[in-house]
Amino acid sequence: MARLEIRDLHASVEGREILNGVNLIVNQGEIHALMGPNGSGKSTLANTLLGHPKYKVTGGDILVDGESIVGLTPDKRAKKGLFLAFQYPVSVPGVTMFSFLRAAYNAVHTDEKNQAPTLFEFREEMNEKMKLLGVDESFMHRYLNEGFSGGEKKRAEILQLALLKPKFAVLDETDSGLDIDALRVVAEGVSKIAGSDLGVLVITHYQRILKYIKPTFVHVLYEGRITASGGEELSLKLEEKGYGWLKEQAGVVS
Amino acid sequence: MTAASEIVTDDYKTKYGFADSTGYLDNRRRGLSEDVVKEISRIRDEPGWMEEFRLRALKNFMDRPVPTWGVDLSPIQFQDYYYYAQPAKETAKRWEDVPPEIRNTFEKLGIPEAERKFLAGVGAIYESQEVYNSLQKDLQKQGVIFTSVGNAVKEYPDLIRKYLGTIVPPSDNKFAALNSAVWSDGPFIYVPEGVKIAMPLQSYFRINAQGMGQFERTLIVAEPNSEVHYIEGCTAAMYQKSMLHAAVVELVAKKGAKIRYITIQNWSKNVYNLVTKRAHAYEDASVTWLNGEVGSGRNMKYPSIYLLGRGAKAEILSMAYAGANQIQDTGGKIVHLASDTSSKIISKSVSKDGGQAIYRGLLHIARGAHNVKSTVRCDALLLDEQSKTSTFPYMEVMAEDATVTHEASVGKVGEDQLFYLMARGINERDALSMIVNGFVEPFTKELPMTYAIELNRLMALEMTGAVG
Repeated sequence: MARLEIRDLHASVEGREILNGVNLIVNQGEIHALMGPNGSGKSTLANTLLGHPKYKVTGGDILVDGESIVGLTPDKRAKKGLFLAFQYPVSVPGVTMFSFLRAAYNAVHTDEKNQAPTLFEFREEMNEKMKLLGVDESFMHRYLNEGFSGGEKKRAEILQLALLKPKFAVLDETDSGLDIDALRVVAEGVSKIAGSDLGVLVITHYQRILKYIKPTFVHVLYEGRITASGGEELSLKLEEKGYGWLKEQAGVVS
Repeated sequence: MTAASEIVTDDYKTKYGFADSTGYLDNRRRGLSEDVVKEISRIRDEPGWMEEFRLRALKNFMDRPVPTWGVDLSPIQFQDYYYYAQPAKETAKRWEDVPPEIRNTFEKLGIPEAERKFLAGVGAIYESQEVYNSLQKDLQKQGVIFTSVGNAVKEYPDLIRKYLGTIVPPSDNKFAALNSAVWSDGPFIYVPEGVKIAMPLQSYFRINAQGMGQFERTLIVAEPNSEVHYIEGCTAAMYQKSMLHAAVVELVAKKGAKIRYITIQNWSKNVYNLVTKRAHAYEDASVTWLNGEVGSGRNMKYPSIYLLGRGAKAEILSMAYAGANQIQDTGGKIVHLASDTSSKIISKSVSKDGGQAIYRGLLHIARGAHNVKSTVRCDALLLDEQSKTSTFPYMEVMAEDATVTHEASVGKVGEDQLFYLMARGINERDALSMIVNGFVEPFTKELPMTYAIELNRLMALEMTGAVG
């Protein structure tokens, strides 16, 4: 079974230390929720995992199946089976969803013998996944994320997740900016894809998405460190009490 | 041009920059003088009026200073160039009759293949001469003319006298004067009233010899309600020393006629490309210039359209790629001289490795021209910190009821865009290509598929080509 291990991870952005020793293990088939207040380092963790050049690892390690990926460029990490559903997917004008998805699909699914999937294989898989997620055909002819509504953007992210079939998916605030109907559609999409082959790390500020994507573990990130871990009851406590109590607890710990 | 050796990329050299032997060069035609011009006229067996046209233009050229705006032209040594070279006996009608080495070159460039697949006619111009020409039989029957301007001087003197130099007068600018003095082959296309040519006609220009000057002369006349779609491509051998391509292109679109003119400019970087392209569009006519500028070291090109009749339409769609040691000084000029006319300029430029892209454009709407609509949009994309871009959009709007919109943008390829694509497994080089191709897509989508693919490929080649 594949395993994503974050070991005492320290990371900084523009010289500012944001992560101060994060420890977390996600196994394939598990769903972990990572919650925390604004500024706790949630998005920094997501971007650091995929290797955004602005986020520098200053200590610790990230391992996929025991192998460090810290020195790899984002494309190599994707090929190792890592996926990030972006909080704010950027648009790329002039590039159709179709050509983008084909390029990504080919890049990730090209086998050891350097054999890329055929156009036919890609189309079959794409049609199947579009049907599964209720994505309209016309989506393919639009430019990547350009003029997409918040819901469309998130749905496009989930479609990519379905097509690229990673071992580990990090969902960075996938619920932000969505109304309740869009949230349900997107979350149900994730539930359809999740299974024994996928390890999921759901990063969220609010508990509401966890009604649809049931986590096996819940962690609280506070000031760049995981300060509490538990089951679903932890997310309910956060929903009820907010994040204020973490401060007191953190004070006690340090 | 300085240190041309630094910009030699192996890819260009193998694919386009190779050279053939140059036994046809005549040293007596090196440098520029009255004698050289008379000699050109003599070899081409021209009537007296043509020789006079050339000599008047030569005087105009000699009297004018080299322009000091735009790119630095001071390194051009006019006496170092060859002004005329005729590598074949005559224009062949069959590829088998083209001298083998030259035929082989055009085969390597894929011209006969493209001709078989989707072209209605082809002209192949090598140095100063059209070495091959073909036109589909049914078009010949409909009265379409597709030949070189040189041959047309002899075969259709009335048409040439009526139009040549009327759209771009020899006195227009220094390089139009130079071209008018020493002009050599380029196509003459005549489309009779009501004839619509469905498949494109193409000319391919090739410069082979070091120090060669090529003076393309193109004239297209589209009679009322006719349609023509023309494509020109070009490449050159690669040398340390510079080559010069100074073209004059004249288009006439009569009432209700449509001309679509596509250029894929892929000269080697030792070429100065200094061209004057202009169109006259009469009532309800429409003219489109599509310019894909990837090659040449120094490029100055501003195709223009004069809207002379009510309801005429103009479009200038361009993309320019400026890589290492390249200056792409390009743009467009539209002059509205009649009511109910409309125009659109879209310019996209990409700069990388210290390249410089400049947009220079003029929109003029004359007093008394009513209900004129125009849009101008210029977008520049910079791929690194060393590259530069600037925009000079001149507007002279004399009419009060004109609707004019102008937008300009300068962007850098964002770290976030690259990260997004790379996080999906796409490597950096492909991700960059994808962003750039997407950026120029509003231009490439207007091209026939084959040329759109070709242009994207050329840019990818330039972007990844080893520099130095």
